[in-house]
Amino acid sequence: MSAVLEVRGLRTEFLTAAGILRAVDDISFSLSAGEIIGLVGESGSGKSVTGFSLLGLIDPPGRIAGGSVRLNGAELVGMTPGELRRRRGREIAMIFQDPIATLNPLLTVGQQMAMALAAHERVSTKAAADRCTEALARVGIPSPRARLSAYPHEFSGGMRQRVAIAIALLHRPAVIVADEPTTALDVSIQAQIVAEMRSLAREFGVAMIWISHDLAVVSGLASRILVMYAGRIVEEGPAARVLRDPRHPYTCGLLDSLPAATAPGVPLRQIPGAMPSLLALPPGCAFQPRCACATPDCAVAPEMTVERDRSWRCFHPAGVASERVAS
Amino acid sequence: MLGFVVQRAFQAFVVMVVMSMIVFVGVYAVGNPVDIVIPPDATQAMRAEAIHRLGLDLPLWQQYGVFVWRLLHGDFGRSFVYNMPVLDLIGGRLPATLELVLISILFATGVGVSLGVYAGVRPSGLVAKSIMGLSILGFSVPSFWVGLILILTFAVSLGWLPAGGRGETVEVFGVPWSFLTLDGLGHIVLPALNLALFKMAMMIRLARAGTREAMLSDTVKFARAAGISEGTILRRHVLKLISIPIITVFGLELGSTVAFAVVTETIFSWPGIGKLIIDSIGVLDRPVMVAYLVLTALLFVMINFTVDLVFAAIDPRVRSGKTRT
Repeated sequence: MSAVLEVRGLRTEFLTAAGILRAVDDISFSLSAGEIIGLVGESGSGKSVTGFSLLGLIDPPGRIAGGSVRLNGAELVGMTPGELRRRRGREIAMIFQDPIATLNPLLTVGQQMAMALAAHERVSTKAAADRCTEALARVGIPSPRARLSAYPHEFSGGMRQRVAIAIALLHRPAVIVADEPTTALDVSIQAQIVAEMRSLAREFGVAMIWISHDLAVVSGLASRILVMYAGRIVEEGPAARVLRDPRHPYTCGLLDSLPAATAPGVPLRQIPGAMPSLLALPPGCAFQPRCACATPDCAVAPEMTVERDRSWRCFHPAGVASERVAS
Repeated sequence: MLGFVVQRAFQAFVVMVVMSMIVFVGVYAVGNPVDIVIPPDATQAMRAEAIHRLGLDLPLWQQYGVFVWRLLHGDFGRSFVYNMPVLDLIGGRLPATLELVLISILFATGVGVSLGVYAGVRPSGLVAKSIMGLSILGFSVPSFWVGLILILTFAVSLGWLPAGGRGETVEVFGVPWSFLTLDGLGHIVLPALNLALFKMAMMIRLARAGTREAMLSDTVKFARAAGISEGTILRRHVLKLISIPIITVFGLELGSTVAFAVVTETIFSWPGIGKLIIDSIGVLDRPVMVAYLVLTALLFVMINFTVDLVFAAIDPRVRSGKTRT
């Protein structure tokens, strides 16, 4: 399968009063048509900034400092704002965490969908209404024609997120960046939306980057997982293998802190400490101050170790450490 | 929607009743006006006759009753000083104030919101910083001083515009208006500008703050991610999102400026209502004061009522009467 999205060495920086903050540091991955990858990490690891960088939506004082993002073969980094805008929504779309905040409370759903449609196509009012009705029906909203004239506050949270998904799907983009789209929803609604997104991705061949801090959600959805820490990818691989047999101590920590990984009644395990400030990263491996396996070697930043279809950025990977010591 | 209108109309009625009482009692407490309507050398009999003729010998509640009774018949009484119906007196002055205030507020809102939105969209540019500097100036420089400087610059030194008066007027529906003639328009420019400056500064800050907030909202991010152009985002999303505080302030300012445009009217000898009321307070012309205050209250109530209706038209959550989030 050919890659619809090819990211190489992407770096995004923010100029702050205290110095340059590198929120995304040398991220590379590729995405095939119809593939779903999960981008996981704690708050502040740079997941969302990565998502916004892909769409060229980094506002000053932030900027994309280097690297390459190729979408359907076209290089997005360095593209003029007008050219980027013409690709956003049509070739690459994004949905957000909070469906209450993403829709404008003062406009009807139909008006907002028509705006998104008119951004890339000239359509008559009637044709637009038909297209929007069809889009709402596709994401499972009952009596879609009548709902076009409803306002966002007349929808439930889950339905609002479906409207946002319908807007993202209007132009059948090749890639959708989903930034924690189920975090603000009830657990039962979460499962519905996840199932919906999976079938939509399959049906339309849409590739998806599912950004989440919730490994449980990602595990049921993504074929591959990227784990981010302090702006870098620390582990990457097929979802099943990363989850069953993690290499990086940070991934192990994330998996251990899932409630399902702990017996009932036992306190939940957590990763000690907190994500370091991106302005004051420790020398070497950024995870080293919180890592149980850290040794003096870790004062040097580890490079990516590649092993067949997976890779990690650690001197002491779990699962292979003993073999390496033996050899 | 109908229930909403009826409820608001009833509230407005209650406000008006309470307001008329407060005004009447308040003005009653200010002092005895009888001395100004009789000559200084009047006899005791003439004085008693005047008191009786004006109804000032009745108890307060009866005086109020008479006042309300007349009010309901469209009679605000006669001015003690000018000896003509108060309504004619105010009616002759009100159009001058109304046109001055409307022009200045529309100008302040139009220019202020445009500048404020611009400053909100490009907050770090030199232009935005100049606009914000201008707004601080507009806030802090006293209005009477600006008026004097305007006259000094444009009327005295440059001689471009007249320094005072209404100029030529045209009668429409029996009311004289200045803004319909070129000469009248020339007379309106300076006082309207003077009156607009403070409001413009306020509109700039309101619009800028609202725009800054809206531009960072998820609504705008989502619209951008959908490829909607910046112009459309500004017109369809941002302007709508910031409209509610702007309309609120517009309504409040409209009311208070009509009622209290007195400084500007005095400086530019604009024959408006502000000057009339100051003069009336000076000589305790009680019917004029009461009528003026009641009409001002009515004006505020009507403006607020309209603002509420506009809110309901803009915001569907107000319309449906429930805010689910």
